Amino acid sequence: MTQDVNLKKNRLGWQPPPAFYALLGLAALLLVNWFCIPSFFEIQVRDGNFYGSLIDVFNRGAIGVLLAIGMTLVVATGGVDLSVGSVVAICGAVVAIVLTTTQFGIVVAIAAGLLAAVGAGAVNGILITWLRIEPIIATLVLMVSGRGIAKYIAGEQTVAVPPELASPTLDFLGNGHFLGLPFPITIAAVLFVVTLLVVRRTSVGLLVESVGANPSASRACGINDTVVKLTVYVFAGFCAGLAGIIDLANIGIADPTNAGALSELDAIFAVLVGGTALTGGRFSLTGAVIGALLLQTLMTTLYTWGVPSDVAPVPKAIVILLVCLLQSPTLRSWLERTLRGNRKMGSRQVEASS
Amino acid sequence: MSFIARGNLPLLATAAVLAALFGAASLCFDNFCSSYVISDLFSQNAFLGISALGMTVVILSGGIDLSVGAVIGFTTIFVATLITQCEFSPWLAWTVALIVGTVYGAAMGATIHFFKLPAFLVTLAGLFFARGMAFFVTQQSVQIRNDVHELVSGVAIPFGQTEIGFTTILFLVLLVTMACVSNFSTFGRAVLAIGGDEESATLMGLPVARTKVAVYAINGFCSALAGIAMTLYMDSGNPINAIGLELDVIAVVVIGGTLLSGGVGSFTGTLLGFLIYGTIYQITYFANVGSSIATIAIGALLLAFILLQQILAPR
Repeated sequence: MTQDVNLKKNRLGWQPPPAFYALLGLAALLLVNWFCIPSFFEIQVRDGNFYGSLIDVFNRGAIGVLLAIGMTLVVATGGVDLSVGSVVAICGAVVAIVLTTTQFGIVVAIAAGLLAAVGAGAVNGILITWLRIEPIIATLVLMVSGRGIAKYIAGEQTVAVPPELASPTLDFLGNGHFLGLPFPITIAAVLFVVTLLVVRRTSVGLLVESVGANPSASRACGINDTVVKLTVYVFAGFCAGLAGIIDLANIGIADPTNAGALSELDAIFAVLVGGTALTGGRFSLTGAVIGALLLQTLMTTLYTWGVPSDVAPVPKAIVILLVCLLQSPTLRSWLERTLRGNRKMGSRQVEASS
Repeated sequence: MSFIARGNLPLLATAAVLAALFGAASLCFDNFCSSYVISDLFSQNAFLGISALGMTVVILSGGIDLSVGAVIGFTTIFVATLITQCEFSPWLAWTVALIVGTVYGAAMGATIHFFKLPAFLVTLAGLFFARGMAFFVTQQSVQIRNDVHELVSGVAIPFGQTEIGFTTILFLVLLVTMACVSNFSTFGRAVLAIGGDEESATLMGLPVARTKVAVYAINGFCSALAGIAMTLYMDSGNPINAIGLELDVIAVVVIGGTLLSGGVGSFTGTLLGFLIYGTIYQITYFANVGSSIATIAIGALLLAFILLQQILAPR
């Protein structure tokens, strides 16, 4: 795989940045919208707040962006977290139950929700690091039982948070405006900037990348890979918790069955299309965020075209498959052979990549 | 049996868990150990069992298929629409559905093998696609009123004071067939060999490509058959059927002692896993607690068996 990348770099002399394909897809989609749905780019100002399809993409995409940020670091360590959707549901259920059944205020409720989410992340991390279970299998456990836990917490039903209990704070988190933009955008943006600074301005990013690229070698270099892995799963849990709170605040209902359903798949897709390989090692936070926005733009576009929300997964599946195929070494070498018409180089590459 | 002795231990553990669960439940609740409960346990979950058989083959080969729930949902609405709105004969509708399911599975298998993509990603795209197509067919539930359909769904064999339904018979026949194929055919050996170590299997000259595509095609066939069993059981099709079922199916297979890393496992184990799953749900029904407890219990069992596998797995 690395040989394959090196060969490509040598021959083409230029390697696209990780986020290249996601940006390309986003640009193509926006271009189509530019011609087909001119109203897509209209932005209105009401009461000093911005409204419009583009703002909507950012607003609805905030949850996806949060999950994608957490998932990027997990994937960068060579793992995957399938449980984020269930953690979203658990966090929403905890916050709603604390609000509706106890006298504690919104601050305690949110703290409890985030604590539950971080705890779930820690469970994943412990299973993966100390018990050495494959990440996909370890997080599958919480994915299966997490829904049950969320249902149990919520008492087998959806919990509606009445407006008088929701307090202005919770409502503001989901539907408020800050600097004219919906507040979820601010949350996602702040988390993105903070994570980017921590990861790239300190050695954290390097540690994550080295653990993902080669755990044994980084252990030999004195990196505590257990702590690094544990941290990224806890962080992914924290991100899922934030997403759960926004989801709850947005609709005012904690739905343990449907909250965050299939969102782990969206998050993995966003990370993948953003140029982070599932094999771990190098990662791109910016790419993942663009990937999440690309997915949301695709969904919003489909809704604007009148595609029923239930049928929308079909085009989504086709995009996922195309992105996967583009990352496939077999298809890449075949494409390069065809494009360059250089059979000798092509056959050498197949040997090198296999 | 071609699997190694230490691979038998999870199977024994599964049998012990089943005996303990069923025994405890029989002591706690009157009438639990009755032919009604056992027949109910099978007929309510027969579609899940059929799907678990297909998943067992996939996991034995070292792969995974996340699309089964979506394919089952698609098949229920597809068959119901063909019979009710297009006035197909049920036999023709079932044949078409089985062909569609098999081809769909084979297409995913071919993509996984020839483009060297991770199975969970390709089948994930397959999940989205099949679920979307289910809603594309019809957006709401479709009732089936058809004489042949009623006749087939009414087929039953007497069992104690009650009877065994058609879907249960379908599940048991398929179980025996697949267990025989797995244990006594070159194809079954090839699946285990590929699951054990794909590279070695290739070097041994086994038909890896053909076998891997066939494995996913078989699972597609089983998903379609499970969807048909579901329509027979419910007399209707609905695009939201079987959402999230893939996780239950994987849990059943893993609790049955099949290693997720591939190469070790058995259909007997899957039957035991299926019975544990059914017993847990029957217990929650008898104890009158919510289904969330059952979900949590299955998650906990899944974890316990994964840990057991971890301890037994060669380092």
